[in-house]
Amino acid sequence: MCDTCGCTITEANEHLVRHGGILQHTHQGTESVLLLRSLLSENDQVATHNRQHFDARGVLAINLMSSPGAGKTSLLERTIDELGGRLRIGVIEGDLATENDARRIRAKGIPAVQITTGSACHLDAHMIHSALHELELDGLDLLFIENVGNLVCPASFDLGQHLNVTLLSVPEGDDKPQKYPVMFRTADLLAITKCDLLEYLPEFDPGRAEASLRAVGSAAPVLRLSSRPGAAIEPWCAWVAEQLETYRRRLSDGQTLRPVVAPDAEQLHASV
Amino acid sequence: MRSSRMHELAISRALIRQVEGIAGERHAERVIRIVVRIGPLSGVEPALLRNAWSLACAGTCAADAELVVEDSPVRVRCLECGAESEVPSNRLLCGSCGRWRTQVLTGDELLLIRVELEKKHPSSNHPATTSGIRNLERVSDHV
Repeated sequence: MCDTCGCTITEANEHLVRHGGILQHTHQGTESVLLLRSLLSENDQVATHNRQHFDARGVLAINLMSSPGAGKTSLLERTIDELGGRLRIGVIEGDLATENDARRIRAKGIPAVQITTGSACHLDAHMIHSALHELELDGLDLLFIENVGNLVCPASFDLGQHLNVTLLSVPEGDDKPQKYPVMFRTADLLAITKCDLLEYLPEFDPGRAEASLRAVGSAAPVLRLSSRPGAAIEPWCAWVAEQLETYRRRLSDGQTLRPVVAPDAEQLHASV
Repeated sequence: MRSSRMHELAISRALIRQVEGIAGERHAERVIRIVVRIGPLSGVEPALLRNAWSLACAGTCAADAELVVEDSPVRVRCLECGAESEVPSNRLLCGSCGRWRTQVLTGDELLLIRVELEKKHPSSNHPATTSGIRNLERVSDHV
């Protein structure tokens, strides 16, 4: 058995089933085609294309994911207030319906494209690509993609983003990372939002939330935030600015930046 | 068409597009079997994928194909002590020392492994016989 992915194809027998191998064709007019490719390879190709668009213009793309109502748009509004003066920001909003979120962002003088997905539970790379046709990337420093509020589906689709930020709001409970391991292990940063409610909801223990995140093997930093006017969100803004610096440095070295766990990480296992 | 409430339907549609492409390139009459490998950390639920697949494959050359879903246990390697262990999908801690700095080895796959096709026969219009398919299964067992 292969050590990398556990499949039964090994270096010793691989040639038999690869193109032209003796086990590939049978005499009965059937053919067995070995593929070992991502089910989402079409999406992943478009995601790579999107990432190239961002990299050509030096735009750091951050994908925000959380359950509905965890405070993604509010965090963006505060981020724009704090960073909008020195960094040029663009936003892609994903929702099943309404332009409400894009309107809130545009009210801050920031370009925002709203993707309404209809019944779709997630954004995919094609939707982002279409949205990019409506957004002037030239001159931007940061692009925030606010994914559809959902702790399940968005985790499986690469959009071409450089970083994933997952939000967990205090009313949701501190055990969410282990309830939704696929989502939380993709996070490059966990933002615990609505921390102004901690005094009313003592059952939420930020330490337990962090332990739950570590239990899914994530080394992501954890920030405690509140987007309420006056609450400190400097640590968040500092993290974003630091990531932008890291990204630009990598670009100047001819590299890009990818989320800590990319949805197409199974490609690694495919290299038998 | 691209998306759905269930992301398994979106994934089924991506799968059918790939399979149709492969069948077309290879001038296949129809698709006999499709083998995919899905780990619990891929975020795809095999039972939902099967349901969605039955909708997505309708009217295609893979309408009668058998969809074989291989599972893949979650295995991690500890970055501290080096031990490898099989773990639950929501507890990726080292099975040996219990620490959390681990690397996922398997369990996050979302892979199309193999497609088995029935070729258009140049000399006859008869599809491959059942015994031929059985023979193929036997051959595959040795792989």
